[in-house]
Amino acid sequence: MKDKILEITSKYGDDRGRLMDILIDIHDLKGYVDDANIEVLSEKLGISIAEVNETVSFYHFFTKTPKAEFNIYLNDSITSNLRGRTRVKEAFELACDATFEGKSEDGMFGLYNTSCIGMNDQDPAAIINDVVFTNLTPYRVKQLIKALKDGKSLQEATYESTGDGKNSDPDLKSMVFNNIRKGMMLLNKDYERFEVVGKILAENSPEDIIKTVEDSNLRGRGGAGFPTGLKWRFGRRVEGEHKIIICNADEGEPGTFKDRVMLTEFPDLVFEGMVIAAYATGADIGLLYLRFEYRYMYNYLSLVLEEMREKGYLGKNIAGIMDFNFDIRIQLGAGAYVCGEESALIESLEGKRGEPRDKPPFPVEKGYMNFPTIVNNVETLASTVKILKHGADWFNTFGTKDSLGTKLLSVSGDCRFPGIYEVEWGTSIREVIEMAGAEDVQAVQVGGPSGVLVSVKDVDHLGGTELMKWYKPSGMMVAQKTYDRKLSYSDLPTGGSIIIFNNKRDLLKEVVMNFMDFFIEESCGSCSTCRNLPYIMKQKLQKILDGHGVRQDIDDLLSWGKVIKVSRCGLGQTAANPILSSILNFRHLYEEYVQAMTDYDNTFDLEKSVEAANKFVGRKTVFHHS
Amino acid sequence: MDQTIKFTIDGTIVTTQKGLTIVEAAKDNGIYIPTLCNFEGAKPKGCCRMCTIKINSRYMTACTTPAADGMEIESNTEEITDIRKSIIELLFVSGNHFCPACEKSGNCELQALAYKYQMLVPRFPFIFPQKGIDASSPRLMKEQNRCIACKRCIKTIKDEEGRNYFAYKNRGYALEVILDPELGKDIPEDLAKLAMENCPVGSIIYKEKGFDEPIGSRKFDKTPIGSEIEV
Repeated sequence: MKDKILEITSKYGDDRGRLMDILIDIHDLKGYVDDANIEVLSEKLGISIAEVNETVSFYHFFTKTPKAEFNIYLNDSITSNLRGRTRVKEAFELACDATFEGKSEDGMFGLYNTSCIGMNDQDPAAIINDVVFTNLTPYRVKQLIKALKDGKSLQEATYESTGDGKNSDPDLKSMVFNNIRKGMMLLNKDYERFEVVGKILAENSPEDIIKTVEDSNLRGRGGAGFPTGLKWRFGRRVEGEHKIIICNADEGEPGTFKDRVMLTEFPDLVFEGMVIAAYATGADIGLLYLRFEYRYMYNYLSLVLEEMREKGYLGKNIAGIMDFNFDIRIQLGAGAYVCGEESALIESLEGKRGEPRDKPPFPVEKGYMNFPTIVNNVETLASTVKILKHGADWFNTFGTKDSLGTKLLSVSGDCRFPGIYEVEWGTSIREVIEMAGAEDVQAVQVGGPSGVLVSVKDVDHLGGTELMKWYKPSGMMVAQKTYDRKLSYSDLPTGGSIIIFNNKRDLLKEVVMNFMDFFIEESCGSCSTCRNLPYIMKQKLQKILDGHGVRQDIDDLLSWGKVIKVSRCGLGQTAANPILSSILNFRHLYEEYVQAMTDYDNTFDLEKSVEAANKFVGRKTVFHHS
Repeated sequence: MDQTIKFTIDGTIVTTQKGLTIVEAAKDNGIYIPTLCNFEGAKPKGCCRMCTIKINSRYMTACTTPAADGMEIESNTEEITDIRKSIIELLFVSGNHFCPACEKSGNCELQALAYKYQMLVPRFPFIFPQKGIDASSPRLMKEQNRCIACKRCIKTIKDEEGRNYFAYKNRGYALEVILDPELGKDIPEDLAKLAMENCPVGSIIYKEKGFDEPIGSRKFDKTPIGSEIEV
C-alpha cells in the first residue's frame, strides 16, 4: 500500500498544495485514509501528521474509517425532507440492514447523511459512490438495493432512462434532470460555441473587453453582486508573476442548483467565460473549483477542456492571439459549504482546510498561492460571453435600473414545477410563486446564506425596524405581506435559491431547525462566534419548541443574533438568519409556543426531575410543597 | 516620502506609520484594544473576534486590518463593548473554565478580560461540553476543556523544518486544537514551555512544573489586562 500512496504523491509532485487531489485519489483507491497513509503523506509533503489530519478531518467526504462497498449519501436538505426523505431513509435502512452513519454487517452498504447536494428539484436524492440517484421513493430504494445485491453495477442499477438535455450525453449519462422551465438570454439556444473566443476576442483589446463588461453593469451572480467589470479592472491593474482565474462552482447553498444545470448544458459557455476573463485580466492559470457532489460531471467537463485544447481555445497563443497563454484545471472539493466563500475556496485549492481569510488583502491582490486571483461565479462568467456577443446595450435592455440582465433562479420546495427559471431582475416573489405553480404558500426562503458583502445602505432599503440593520438580506424567509417585493440588488438580492413552503409545513420545527443544523455542521469553526452561537441558539429554539420558553427567550435570540454578525465571513454572519428572519416575519409562530403569562419557565417539575436519582439510590423524597 | 498616517479611534486622533495594524497603531498611542488570538510576531488571523471594531458602519477586526489614513474607528462604544463581553461569555460557556483549579489563573488572558469586562453570570447557558485531556506527550498536557481555539500555538510552535506541532481538527462546533501525536512525543523542553507561555488560557500545560509564581503575584493579579498599554 505504501508504494501506491507514494505513486499518488509523486503524481502530484509531492506538493502539499495538491493535498486535496492526493486525498481524493487515496479515497478512490481504498475508500478511506488511515493513520499509516497519513504518516506517509506527512513525510513526503513535509508537514506534520496533525496538519494532514487538519485537512482530512475538515471535509465531509474524507474519512479515516473503512468504507463500505457502496456508500450511500442521502441528502438531508430541507427540500429532501419536504418530499418524503424520512420514508426513503427507513427504506434504505431496512433494505441495507444498517442504520444511518453506519455500515451493514457484511460491509456492503454504508449509510450517511449529507448536506444539500444540489438536487432540490428532484429530491430525495442520494449520491452512491459518485453516482447520483434522484427522485427516490421507498419502492425505488428497494429495487436499487436488490439490484446491487444481485451483483449489478451502479450504472446498471440506475433507471432505464437518463435525464433530459445533455444529461443523456454518452460522456455524462446521468439520470439527473435539468428541469429548465424558463430560459432567456443565458439559457436560450442561440449560442454558437466558441464564437466569442474564436472570433470576437482577437478583434478587441483587453481594455475593450473590460470596458464592455463595465458598460453592461454586470454584477456577480453568486449573491454578493460585486461589479464584474471593476473586479476585472482591478485584476488587470495588479502585477503578478502569475494571475489566476477561478470559476466558483461550489454552489452549496441549500436550494441552489443553477450551476449544475449551466455546467451540464453549457460547459463551453462557462469555460469560454473563463478564457475571456483571462484575456481581459492577463491571467495564465484557470481553475474550476467543482463541488464534490458534482463529481459525476468531472469526466464530461474534462472532455470539453480537451476539445478546447485541440481547437486552440486553451493552451498557447489562444485563438491565434500571440502570447495569450491560458489553461484550465478542474479541482474537486470534498464536501464543505464554506468553500463557496472565495477565500475559503482558495485555501481549499491550496490543499488546506477551507477556512476563510481575513480581508484585506482581497484575493484580487493576494489570492491563490499569493498571486492576484479573480474569482467569478459560473453564471457570471457565462453572462460575459453573451455580453461580448450581443453588446452591453443589449444586456442593459433586461432587468431594472440597479440590477441589469437576468438571474437564474433555482426554485424548489412546495410547488408543481421545481426547476430553473431564468427571469429578469425586478421579478417579484409573487410572480415566481405563480410561475412555479405553487399554491397555499406560507413562506418563501429567498437566497441561501452565501457569503455576501452588502452595504448597510442596501439593507436600509428593506425599511422598517432597527433590527434590519443587523440583518443581511441574503437568506431570508419571506412572508406573504412581502410577496410583491422584487428580486434585485436594492430590494431582495439573491444568489438564486428560492424554496417555497406551503401552509402544511411547520416552519420552525421542520425548516428553521433544519437550517440551523446545516450551519452547525458547515461552520469552519474558526471564529468563536460562528463556532458556538448557532449551537447555543438552536438549543434555545429547542427550549421554546419544547414549551419551556417565555417571551424573553425570543428577545434573547434577537439580541444574540447580533453578536454573530461580527464573524469573519458570510457564512458566519448569516448563520443566525434562519432564526432571526423567522422571528421578524413569523413572530406569531414563536408566540404560540412561549408561555405568555409568565416571565420565567414555570414548567419545572421537581418530583419528576429527582425521580431517576431516587430510583437509583432507592430513596423516596418527601416533598413539602403543595 | 512621508509614511505618517492619521486616523481616529473614538474621536481621538492617532498618528502612526503606514504598515501597522490598527491594534499595533492603537497600542503605540496608548489605546488598548482587547485581543486574545492575536500574538506579537505571528500573522494575525481574527479567530476570537475580541478586537472587533467598527469602521464606516462595518465590523472589522483590528488585529488584521491595516491602519489607513482618515479611518474613523469606533472601539469603546456601548455596542462594541457589549459584543466583546458576549464573546468572552461565549468562550466561557462553550468550554469548562474552572479558574480556581487552573494553573494559569492570574496569568490567563481570558480570565483577565472577564474581569475587565465585568462578566458576572454569562447571558448564555453553560454547555458543559464533554471534552478530554490529551496527556500522551511526556512534556505537555493538552487540556481541551480550556482551549479557546485561538490558533496561537498553531502559529508559533514549529520545529526546525517549519512543521506545526499543533493543528486544528474537525470543523464547526466540533473543532479542536490537537497536539501532533508524533512531534509531541519529543517536543524540546524550551518549545514545550514556550507553548504553555503562548497559550492565552490554561489549555497547554507543561507537565513537570505547571507554574512558578504563586497566586497573588501573577501578571493580572495586581493590574488589569491592558493597563500596560492604556495611558
